[in-house]
Amino acid sequence: MLRRLFAFNGGVKPPTHKSSSTRAAIATLPLPPELVIPLHQSIGGTPRPLVRAGQHVLKGQLIGAADGNISAAIHASTSGRVVAVEARVMAHASGLSTLCVVIAPDGEDAWVECRPVPWRSLPGDQVRDLLRDAGIVGLGGAVFPSHLKLKPGPGSRGSSKGGLRHLVINGAECEPFITCDDMQMREQANAILAGATIMGELLGAEEILVGIEDNKPEAVAAMQAASGRLGERGGRIQIVAVPTRYPAGGAKQLIRVLTGIEVPHGERSTDYGVQCFNTGTVFAIHEALEKGRPLLSRIVTVAGNVERPGNYEVLFGTPMDYVVARAGPKPDTDRFIMGGPMMGYAMPSRQVPVVKATNCILVGSPALFPPPAPEMPCIRCGECAKACPADLQPFEMYWHSRAKSFGKAQEYHLFDCIECGCCTYVCPSHIPLVDYFRFAKSEIWAREREKDSADAARDRYEFRQHREEREKEERAARLAAKAAATKARIGIDPSAGGADTDDQALIAAAIRRTQSATTDLPPAGESGT
Amino acid sequence: MIAAILVMALGAVVLGAALGYAAVRFRVEGDPLVEKIDAILPQTQCGQCGFPGCKPYATAIAKGEAEINQCPPGGEEGIRKLADLLGREAKPLSAEHGVEKPKSVAVIDENLCIGCTLCIQACPVDAIVGAAKQMHTVVDSLCTGCELCLPPCPVDCIAMVPIAETVETWKWRYPVIPIKPRQKVA
Ligand code: SF4
Ligand code: SF4
Ligand code: SF4
Repeated sequence: MLRRLFAFNGGVKPPTHKSSSTRAAIATLPLPPELVIPLHQSIGGTPRPLVRAGQHVLKGQLIGAADGNISAAIHASTSGRVVAVEARVMAHASGLSTLCVVIAPDGEDAWVECRPVPWRSLPGDQVRDLLRDAGIVGLGGAVFPSHLKLKPGPGSRGSSKGGLRHLVINGAECEPFITCDDMQMREQANAILAGATIMGELLGAEEILVGIEDNKPEAVAAMQAASGRLGERGGRIQIVAVPTRYPAGGAKQLIRVLTGIEVPHGERSTDYGVQCFNTGTVFAIHEALEKGRPLLSRIVTVAGNVERPGNYEVLFGTPMDYVVARAGPKPDTDRFIMGGPMMGYAMPSRQVPVVKATNCILVGSPALFPPPAPEMPCIRCGECAKACPADLQPFEMYWHSRAKSFGKAQEYHLFDCIECGCCTYVCPSHIPLVDYFRFAKSEIWAREREKDSADAARDRYEFRQHREEREKEERAARLAAKAAATKARIGIDPSAGGADTDDQALIAAAIRRTQSATTDLPPAGESGT
Repeated sequence: MIAAILVMALGAVVLGAALGYAAVRFRVEGDPLVEKIDAILPQTQCGQCGFPGCKPYATAIAKGEAEINQCPPGGEEGIRKLADLLGREAKPLSAEHGVEKPKSVAVIDENLCIGCTLCIQACPVDAIVGAAKQMHTVVDSLCTGCELCLPPCPVDCIAMVPIAETVETWKWRYPVIPIKPRQKVA
């Protein structure tokens, strides 16, 4: 079955370094002495903690409730006692701490009760809420809550028109060293395809395309065999080997290769009849719906400067050094990188926990990843623009980001940059282009936040002034009414006479009133308003 | 030739009249320049610039009655943006109006607060909640850090606390450029 494939522009072909970590099957780890589970593990709101220190939790128990719809729940990865709910260093380039639930496992690994979800008979919104509460996020590294992507386009599910045309399952895994999706496809192909079928139904997809880079023939074969076993029901599924070229596994790039569709930045791909999920995510959705199990663990590649590179099924919250210890780190190890060499970044500490975004722990050493050569001036050779898969002009964006003229950088579509690192990889002047783009993006976000809060402050300030103005007027009106009432009582027609006579009369009345203060009190209720 | 001149002259007169009429008929209320300046000012409403709020300062700048370097919360960046907008020379922040500080929020020591409502009256952006004789609290997402609530407090229970960086607000640092090549690792 041959499919016409499309190509994306740019891209690079770095050495893949994948074979060494695919020799052994996926291994499981014994329970670590302590699990540190950060509450913030996905894009969106930070889940609220639902447990207190000292409490006993079961495996799969909800410990962090999703905060709003753009968020995903967090669960206990094993049974045990909550030791603390406190801030711990997070697996993030910033080295900052965030609220974590620390669990001391009791060794029982006892599950909460899990019931399969009758998703076929439930309305779509309820299925999506269930997935959010099962903590399902994109496991390719972007950790975007999956339930938000499972909303079909206008008029799908049931109707043949308007549904999703292509559901793309991303098994490309283009980044060097990383093999977790490859191994999962080899070992759990049936579950992945079952999950893909479920999602195809939820989204009303016409066809399901599984894209796998052609340097993983074992995974392609395993998936094809599984699709054959599905028989009739697998009719919509196609396993497609795509040419190996980094970043073929970028969602936009894979969509383009498989379907020829270009999804513009900032628009929902469902509007273009296509949606893309990582194979690990598909597997997790299958577990959540068919077994009722929330997302508690993922497959993590440990590679780089270790004796036995391989893949491990790791519970979230397991300290990274505990995982790496299994693979035998070499003595000259100097850092852990989360993700691959192109897009990953160094961890602030070796004890940071494995989180939903951790697809790979790349163990680094000065010999394996030597410090970058010094940055030289840009010679405007255009190599970066040739390599950019998003069709950008990195040298222009670099120029403006470096000069901190962020508006100009945005004019060159800075936010279309997927931070793939191709430009940095090819730059003959060794300019860390992506670092400049990340810097510029976060500065722009910070400015937007400031602008929003300044606008809100201006509104509240103006409202307050408006209110004070109104209160002043009301007070003045009250006083005027009171004066008029007094005048009426002492027998002056308020509409007649000039201000002078009014005032004189008022003064006279006041004098009279004070002289006979005890007898001439106004009747109750007349003075107030 | 004369006809051409007449046509052009007539065109000029008609267009001029139309423009003049439009200028009167469709006059824009409010001064767009003041709005543009106000959009750059940080809206802290602290009064350090010597005006009773950001809008009055913006008005004064637009009229040419104030310098552009009087707003400490806006800092160097604010001055640069104002200079760009107005085509004036950027200059350092004027010291008599204050110094640029890290962004902070007011925090009320709830054990000391006597519920006098004075801070509520002082807050320009309604960021303090509480009722008479009840403990007051600053809603920190609304607080602009203007410090106007500090002086009125009779028991000195309000403190300014710098906002801590979180993972959501963290920014990637400006890439450091090594001045000389690093030593090769032996
Ligand atoms: S590859 Fe490097 S040197 Fe060449 S144009 Fe791009 S940034 Fe400049
Ligand atoms: S990092 Fe951004 S600019 Fe550089 S090649 Fe990738 S998409 Fe293009
Ligand atoms: S000094 Fe304060 S009141 Fe004046 S413009 Fe700046 S923030 Fe606004």
